[in-house]
Amino acid sequence: MSLPGYDGVTAILALPAATALIVALIPSYRVSAMVNVISSLATFLIAVSLFSFRPANGPYFLVDDLNVVFIVLNTFVAFTTSVFSASYIAHEIETGRLTPMHLRFYHAMYQVLLFAMNLALTANNIGLMWVAIEMATLTTVAMVGIYRTQEAIEAAWKYFILGSVGIALALFGTILVYMAARPVVGEGLDGMVWTILMQRVSEFDPALLDLAFVFLMLGYGTKVGLAPLHAWLPDAHAEGPTPISAVLSGLLLNVALYAVLRFKLLLDANAHAIAPGPLMATLGLVSLIFAAFMLYRRRDIKRMFAFSSIEHMGIIVFAFGMGGALANFAGLLHMTMHSLTKSAIFFTVGHIAQVKRTQKIADITGLTVSQPWLGWSLVIGVFAIAGLPPLGVFMSEFLVVTSTFARSPILALLLVFGLIVAFGALMLRLQGMAFGEPTGGDKPSTASSLPIGAHLGLVLLAGIYPPPPLVAWFQHVAAMLR
Amino acid sequence: MTGLSFDVSHFLAGALVLVSFILLYQTRLLALINIFAIQAVVLSLSVAWQAFVQDAPHLYITAAIAFLFKALIIPIALHRIIVRLGIQRDAENVVGIGPTMLAGLALVALSIVVMLRIAGDADALAREDLAFALSVVLLGLLMMVVRRNAVSMVIGFMSLENGLILAAAGAKGMPLVVEISVGFSVLVAFTVIGVFLFRISERFDTVDAQALDRFQGDRQ
Repeated sequence: MSLPGYDGVTAILALPAATALIVALIPSYRVSAMVNVISSLATFLIAVSLFSFRPANGPYFLVDDLNVVFIVLNTFVAFTTSVFSASYIAHEIETGRLTPMHLRFYHAMYQVLLFAMNLALTANNIGLMWVAIEMATLTTVAMVGIYRTQEAIEAAWKYFILGSVGIALALFGTILVYMAARPVVGEGLDGMVWTILMQRVSEFDPALLDLAFVFLMLGYGTKVGLAPLHAWLPDAHAEGPTPISAVLSGLLLNVALYAVLRFKLLLDANAHAIAPGPLMATLGLVSLIFAAFMLYRRRDIKRMFAFSSIEHMGIIVFAFGMGGALANFAGLLHMTMHSLTKSAIFFTVGHIAQVKRTQKIADITGLTVSQPWLGWSLVIGVFAIAGLPPLGVFMSEFLVVTSTFARSPILALLLVFGLIVAFGALMLRLQGMAFGEPTGGDKPSTASSLPIGAHLGLVLLAGIYPPPPLVAWFQHVAAMLR
Repeated sequence: MTGLSFDVSHFLAGALVLVSFILLYQTRLLALINIFAIQAVVLSLSVAWQAFVQDAPHLYITAAIAFLFKALIIPIALHRIIVRLGIQRDAENVVGIGPTMLAGLALVALSIVVMLRIAGDADALAREDLAFALSVVLLGLLMMVVRRNAVSMVIGFMSLENGLILAAAGAKGMPLVVEISVGFSVLVAFTVIGVFLFRISERFDTVDAQALDRFQGDRQ
């Protein structure tokens, strides 16, 4: 259904772009934080309207049942993060870690990032999608380095170099896809339009497509944070402002995943090309097991949860790699649950690091005593991310495991092994941080409880009683993904 | 495509690979930057030739961007940074020159074998252009791996990007080439500003990327 004169896609692109300009001009950080929240909320509401009112697909933009899930999830987490960010930066200003000038830049970059992510998700053109993902990378690089400490600049530099190489490889893959399409579709714009590529892909040269997918998988896989291409991810999460860690884990990784999924669909539709599934499943499983072991050696709290993000992206890519209606459903659900849970954890961790004035796990103890709200939020968040019932992550992990057991028991055993190893590490660290004698930092925190509560509430709801319309929608998309 | 235009494109693309090899064995930063400028000139000639042959005027813009930005502005900016930092002799390799060159040869052989076999249906020029472009990309990656210094890492990345632009220009009728080359120029500008930042903030005694890894041990 479409409404005459109403174009949701233009709106979710124009709104962040315009807001970026406005907040860059506002001198007061309180006002710009407000504008940031309001604009993000409006973007989210418009995104929800895309479920029912969709513009017609053109050569540049596309809204279908798959990307609407990503868009709505993205704009929702972007909205709650902007609420968290408002209370987070107020504290950073007080302690003098950031100046109002930094914040003008920070808010403008936040909106540019939203614009770039929405552009990447709605793009109907593989070239445009590439440009958008590059733009999203650049804005996050700028924000990771915003504290200007040696560690922050190191993290931004590393992220920048690895991200750029990834992006360059993805572009080579994109050019190869165009080369494969050209003899069939003809020269010009048509050779890069998703909807046209999907219709004609069965006639493409399979060998060129195979090579293209290898480059695309490595390129966008770097941005997803798959081992062994993950080296930028822990540093970028640990050294940047915490709202950015939440956005990186909860959103940007999903955008890169979306790109991988689209190209997987393309290859699946060509009978003679390699099956992309096994490659994805292998990379996913390797990431899961690698990250699970790395969790044990972490001493920095944000770094630890960054490795947990690698672990979960591994599970999601594995699920999509296995394919089939059930595994795809589990992958989609897990992606949603991970975005919500991990950003809630980062919101909590951000406030904890501010009250305790440290990110070292060893220096954080007895949180449930000194900061009951933050402490118990962390406990629930970690229980959720470790996959304990009745929270939503348990449900999705259970589905991934059962669907794998039915088809390949050995892979399922490896998967369960990785999950258990990660579970052990998280519980070990949580015990020290949440319980025991509190050490300092009992000044009540000014944390805004709304974003944390909303995310964890949704995760709990999905675990106990997943809303039937959501389940129906995910089942429909899962069937579409094959 | 006629014999002459084929030969000229082939010659220019081959020259790009050759210059990539020359980049690999430079030991002084200033020389490295000069060679990179030469590579950018060769690239812009090659793209301009494609624009002429394919009758695609927008490729002239890409060629002009490559020439102005990568053959003039970036090399001059890097020259000034290096002179000011006093690191003219600092282009040490982690791996020796001999093994690096052998690895480079292997990568070129690999890309030619892969490309010529795979792109069987495409016309000869597109196929060989892609093989050369992939070689330049892989040599750029190799350079980023074997160099320790941040400036030479940036140059490695830019030469990798030259390979991508060559591939994009060679893909006949590919849309968005101009936009993509602008996008890459922004990316490169960011890197150079990044190197500037290291200098301005004076938090690093060196722009050696290995020094950046010093804190790794403490911050797990």
